[in-house]
Amino acid sequence: MSGGGGGRNGIASTPLLRLDDLWVRFPGHNRVIEAVRGVSFSVGRERVGIVGESGSGKSMTGRAILRLIRHPGRMSANCVELEGEDLLALSERRMRDIRGHRISMIMQDPKYSLNPVVRVGEQIAEAYRAHSRVSSGEARRRAIEMLEAVQIRDPERVYETYPHEVSGGMGQRIMIAMMLVPEPDLLIADEPTSALDVTVQMQVLAVIDKLVAEKGMGLIFISHDLNLVASFCDRVLIMYAGRIVETCRAATLHEAEHPYTRGLLNSLPRIDQPVERLKVLARDEAWSEGAGVDGGT
Amino acid sequence: MSQVANNESVERRGGRALPLNDTLRRIGQITFSVALTMVGLLAITFVIGRVMPVDPVLAVVGERASNEVYEAARKAMGLDRPLIVQFGLYLRDVFSGDLGVSTLTARPVSADIARVFPATLELATIATLIGTLLGIPAGVLAAVYKGRLIDQVIRVIGLFGYSMPIFWLGLMGLLVFYGILGWVAGPGRIDVYYDGIVPTTTGFILIDSLIAGETEIFYNAFSHIILPASILGYYSLAYISRMTRSFMLEQLGQEYITTARVKGLSEMTVIWRHAVRNVMVPLITVVALSYANLLEGSVLTEVIFSWPGIGSYITTALLSADMAAVLGGTIVVGAVFVGINLLSDVLYKVVDPRAR
Amino acid sequence: MSGGGVAKRESWRQWLATDVPRSRGQAKAVQLYLGWLAFRSNTLAVIGLAILVLLVLLWIFGPLIATQDPFAQALAKRLLPPGAEGHLMGTDELGRDIYSRVVHGAGIALYIVTLVAITAPALGLIVGTLAGYLGGWVDVTLMRLTDIFLAFPKLVLALAFVAALGAGLENAILALILTAWPPYARIARAETLTIRKSEFIDAVRIQGIGSVRIIVGHIWPLCISSIIIRVTLDMAGIILTAAGLGFLGLGAQPPTPEWGAMISSGRKFVLDQWWVATMPGLAIFTVSLGFNLLGDGLRDVLDPKSGGGS
Repeated sequence: MSGGGGGRNGIASTPLLRLDDLWVRFPGHNRVIEAVRGVSFSVGRERVGIVGESGSGKSMTGRAILRLIRHPGRMSANCVELEGEDLLALSERRMRDIRGHRISMIMQDPKYSLNPVVRVGEQIAEAYRAHSRVSSGEARRRAIEMLEAVQIRDPERVYETYPHEVSGGMGQRIMIAMMLVPEPDLLIADEPTSALDVTVQMQVLAVIDKLVAEKGMGLIFISHDLNLVASFCDRVLIMYAGRIVETCRAATLHEAEHPYTRGLLNSLPRIDQPVERLKVLARDEAWSEGAGVDGGT
Repeated sequence: MSQVANNESVERRGGRALPLNDTLRRIGQITFSVALTMVGLLAITFVIGRVMPVDPVLAVVGERASNEVYEAARKAMGLDRPLIVQFGLYLRDVFSGDLGVSTLTARPVSADIARVFPATLELATIATLIGTLLGIPAGVLAAVYKGRLIDQVIRVIGLFGYSMPIFWLGLMGLLVFYGILGWVAGPGRIDVYYDGIVPTTTGFILIDSLIAGETEIFYNAFSHIILPASILGYYSLAYISRMTRSFMLEQLGQEYITTARVKGLSEMTVIWRHAVRNVMVPLITVVALSYANLLEGSVLTEVIFSWPGIGSYITTALLSADMAAVLGGTIVVGAVFVGINLLSDVLYKVVDPRAR
Repeated sequence: MSGGGVAKRESWRQWLATDVPRSRGQAKAVQLYLGWLAFRSNTLAVIGLAILVLLVLLWIFGPLIATQDPFAQALAKRLLPPGAEGHLMGTDELGRDIYSRVVHGAGIALYIVTLVAITAPALGLIVGTLAGYLGGWVDVTLMRLTDIFLAFPKLVLALAFVAALGAGLENAILALILTAWPPYARIARAETLTIRKSEFIDAVRIQGIGSVRIIVGHIWPLCISSIIIRVTLDMAGIILTAAGLGFLGLGAQPPTPEWGAMISSGRKFVLDQWWVATMPGLAIFTVSLGFNLLGDGLRDVLDPKSGGGS
């Protein structure tokens, strides 16, 4: 699993994605729930991991990038730019062109994220035809190509299956095929392996690794698994209570300074440093106060 | 990157690889269950017919019959035998199609019912068509625009639907659309003038008249059926739109809808090609159940509209204390109910790829 | 919070709105209060409640509001339109004041609904919890029985019962109860099966408490909220079925002013003297609507997963 692989293209040119001061709010009974609070970072053609526990706002951030926050939730930001183009200013119609074609997202559990009554091959073909005018025959051919690209043997047969007929790992690879068939520039992976068995996780990650590298895509990898993210990504952003509390390069993660990150690191068992007892993370209310850190580049 | 060993073959959960005896066993189970329910139904009607009335013999021979007639009738009805034997004989009769003789028409109840049932079916079918064609889009609209005005309006329309007594609504309908506006024909299935002209092929006058090429009769039949069918259709609509809305809301909250949006599909495509396709599956059951409910609703509607269907038949028999006819009608309606429920279960299995 | 007298006067509103209850009683009160707030925010549900309160008031004060004797005939004044000679809703074919008859009919409707609303769920509760708790062949037999009753369309079955029992208000009520209990048995059984598996039942059983105590004391209270929702929604249907039976002459007998029967007698001249049949129908509609609104509102409050909320 390559840790520092992928293009290191973040020179003077505009970053692939730039977020500035993103907020996502949900009106509740007496108060407003702020799921994401002033998050800022940039992503080039590299792999950025976002790590956090449930409720840290990491998934919401991913959806906000795609402008998929629906009523009654509301998002606001200074800017959300894709290669310089402000996504917030786009009409819904233009945004639909962006979704899938420039930015795509794979989700956690293919049992729920695939349409249960449509054959999987057709779902992939649909993703392709959403952004290019091709015949259905051509779309089918392309879908089968993608199924091969995600290491599925016998793609013609799998094309005709329904989501409930395939295993978790295969379903997730189908999901990847579906989301990458329009060849987006940026891929958001929201807990792509969390619903899979450990053995299968490696296979799926390998597929993601290969395809992202091949096409030089940017990747935002959202997960709760610090180790996984550290080994897969170039940079890591740690989120807590809707804010980014720390950002660092994956290679230097063990030098992290923020107490939350240190707490996370210390609570992971390590073969080379056995301890009598793992330290329990002691939360500090101060972590949810205060301005977040800019995720930088 | 090495080729990932594809040791995950496509799993087969039931479905196409199902062995034959497994399917046969399932069919057997369902048949047994249905048969048991029917026997139970008949037990209830048996109890109602033989056990509950004070003296079922009197109901047949009348109060002024002599002792001999009374005794003869009693023997003929098998009432001197133990209850279990009576029930057995009853079952034998019913399953061979003998539902007794109507004291009103002096004809076999089964023949009477066969004669009137198509009228009810025609009414229920048109009503369900109306309910479905209007109800499903209404439910989809209400779900998509949840909370907005159109949603409230549709829900209120539906709410009024289940709060109104259907026979009263029918009466009001007659008052307004027939009495005041004159837009539709009055009670009855067809004008007396045209009655009996069209040969009965399907039992549906609308179809039979078209087959026979009698367009005038078709229009007349149509103007007679449209009001009662619309009233019943309104009921159907209330139920179907509510269920559709509920199913749609459930589907719209699912992850695969988010996936569809991530793919960049238009909202129309997301709603119709993704959400509605999933809603169709349980909706089939709902439509079937709605049809069954209309059989019940038609009982009173037929009275209001003098519609010669099974509802009228049962109520007339009721008012003349014709127990055989009442129970015969109850059995038939109950059996059809059971049949439709069964059909809807089967349809569900056929349409949902997950259940195959 | 400053000390002394000011702290002691924590208003009851604050007490109810707290996030940190200090006693079980307070927690319960907070729950009820929040439920009430949720209910109150649903205007339709409140309207429903208002209608039903009106119904009850009408029943209690009916004889006082009803301007005339609902049974008094005055053939000279038959079929007067609404508003004529002080008859708010006109008179029927025997000259009786329709308004008074409608008001009296409210009492009959309430009588029917109350009896059915108490008895049918009780019956269903017993059957359902027994089936769910005891399991085995008891479960199979009872559920088979329930399914059979459910297999009949309610009106038709009620018709058949009344046909056998004979016409009359009490028989109609009995028929209604006999057709209304099955859904409650289903609900009670489902809840019992879920609860039976929970550990606290095991704990209670270890303490040596008998089955009856367990069912009555522990399982029944937990079924209550589902049953209440179902009852309120069902009552709308019961009113309609009762009216249907009355329409066919199978319910309360004349001259009792039962709403369904009134529609039936008004049917003959609906085209010319529409009010005789329309007024009682409107009354039925209003009451049924009230129950539906109330039921929907209760369901939104007690069972928010049902997705019907505004």
